[in-house]
Amino acid sequence: MKRHPLTAALLRPQFAALAAVLFINWLLFPGFFTITWQDGRLFGSLIDVLNRGAPVAILAIGVTAVIATKGVDLSVGAVMAISGAVAAVMVSSGTPATIAIPVALLAGLVCGFWNGVLVTYLDIQPIIATLVLMVAGRGLAQLITEGSIVTFSDPLLSFIGTGAFLGLPMPVVIALVLMVGATLAVRRTALGLLIEAVGVNRSAARFAGISSRLLLLLVYSFAGVCAAIAGLIVAGDIRGADANNAGLWLELDAILAVVLGGTSLLGGRFSIPMSVVGALIIQAMNTGILISGFSPQFNLVVKSGVIILILVLQSPMAAQWMGRHLSFLTSPRNRSAK
Amino acid sequence: MNRALRPLLATTAIFLLAYIAAVLQYPSMLSTRVLGNFLTDNAFLGIAAVGMTFVILSGGIDLSVGAVIGFSTVLIATLIMWAGLHPLLAFAITLVISAAFGAVMGAAIHYLKVPSFIVTLAGMFLARGGASVLSPDSIGIKHDLYTNISRSYILLPGGGRLTVIAMIMLAVFVLGIILAHRTRFGSYVYALGGNETSAALMGVPVARTTILVYTLSSTLAGIAGIVFSLYTSAGYSLSALGVELDAIAAVVIGGTLLTGGYGFVAGTFIGVMLQGLVQTYIVFDGTLSSWWTKIVIGGLLFLFILLQRLVFSASSPRKKAFRKS
Repeated sequence: MKRHPLTAALLRPQFAALAAVLFINWLLFPGFFTITWQDGRLFGSLIDVLNRGAPVAILAIGVTAVIATKGVDLSVGAVMAISGAVAAVMVSSGTPATIAIPVALLAGLVCGFWNGVLVTYLDIQPIIATLVLMVAGRGLAQLITEGSIVTFSDPLLSFIGTGAFLGLPMPVVIALVLMVGATLAVRRTALGLLIEAVGVNRSAARFAGISSRLLLLLVYSFAGVCAAIAGLIVAGDIRGADANNAGLWLELDAILAVVLGGTSLLGGRFSIPMSVVGALIIQAMNTGILISGFSPQFNLVVKSGVIILILVLQSPMAAQWMGRHLSFLTSPRNRSAK
Repeated sequence: MNRALRPLLATTAIFLLAYIAAVLQYPSMLSTRVLGNFLTDNAFLGIAAVGMTFVILSGGIDLSVGAVIGFSTVLIATLIMWAGLHPLLAFAITLVISAAFGAVMGAAIHYLKVPSFIVTLAGMFLARGGASVLSPDSIGIKHDLYTNISRSYILLPGGGRLTVIAMIMLAVFVLGIILAHRTRFGSYVYALGGNETSAALMGVPVARTTILVYTLSSTLAGIAGIVFSLYTSAGYSLSALGVELDAIAAVVIGGTLLTGGYGFVAGTFIGVMLQGLVQTYIVFDGTLSSWWTKIVIGGLLFLFILLQRLVFSASSPRKKAFRKS
């Protein structure tokens, strides 16, 4: 039996999970799928899930590439705060947004490059290397804003956070463009293969002639730029830069999204679109908990439950057990994959 | 000289130099009052950092300690104020729960073969979430035992106060040093951090040691939670936010190698004191803002990671040659 690749992709458990969460949301709130057209843009809870999920999705795109190289980036939340602070301070002191936005993205690039240098040239474990920026980055962001919440009224910068393009909210458009661009870059060129090679075995990749240092620098810089974009969106959304709270704990959400998407934490196998689906699952859960009237704190308990479930399902023990007891379930899927 | 001692000596030297520099600028910093406050204000961090030292020595990481501290404060507050239990009973229940929490995380890390930071990340979400489900608001604790403990202290020469919670921290450090360097469990932890496969081949009970290390870390986080609730006389689900990062920083600054296997519990103590010094200096200065603490600690963290790399690659030419190839 041979399935169309698209049907096979849509049958993945992540889509089933997303559909299940959306279905529960619909049960809780019957108007969940209603989408209306108003003032030249779409409105509705579903659009809201996409819009609110966009920053985490953008972070997850960058973090996916890093995790695929067997690394992890804990600093993306702090980098968000830095880029938001840079853009807000420049705009509020009179610099046009057309200059402030590239400078903020450059700040993200520099942060990511710094992480990359620590990981490649100083050979520091990625968790620890990015921890340095996670601790110091928020302090740097506060240094830039001088401790206050810098507000601005620049139309271009707030358009990034709250505007709409072809009826879709701007953050969704940016996330979509980034997802398609990054997926094409890794799947239509050899880049994805090289990233997977470095993730599976860095020394073997080097012996095979891959310049793993350059590749790692590139990947960490990319994660930094993604974080900077997410930071601009969050700053544009509230028309201000809050160095303390912008992107707080979002690095953990981004990692969770990547893991939900099925990217292996041990490097190698990765999928950027599935990480975006993972981010949407998280956001759909958040929205569901909000509309169901539970306190938002309940979120954390649900999230940890989901992580534990995934870890158990992904573990070698579960694979062995399923291989022994559920071979009738797994074998047809294996056949259809061929 | 043992090369593993070098980072510890470097930390001690930097701490002394920084302290001397601070005293030259503000002579009043050289007093037992300031030292007593150092110990009291960082007691919960120090206790949590001892647990973190063991976890990092074993080659893992525990991101859940801050959340466990927050959960413990809320649990203690609800048990005392709502259930009407005696504080000592509440402390015992808290320690049992936090120990069980750590044991489950350790078992998950070992049996599910998942990186420790993901498991403890889930633990962090669970503990923070559990705390805010128990009570999203801060609960004040009013009990005779609390007022008695916060009133009692040993007067040091020079007017400084050695409070009960500072003494708890010092006791935990002493016990931690003995556990790490003078017991079989301690050498198992070092062996595990050096190389898990060789440790298993040498007969180290890997499963039991891993579970015990995380149990120890969570139990100490529970004690840190007790100390934190004594310190603030309140239970709040968001208390001790980000303490796991401070604890990791203290361990690294204290000269423990992040890849596991090398390090000293005593170094962590100096790491905690160095962070306390940075905070106290910023308070004394008055013009520097609080965010400089984060930047300076981030900078110190970087400096010490760099130092570790230099010390360890300079003294093992074989390893260096291997990496260059």
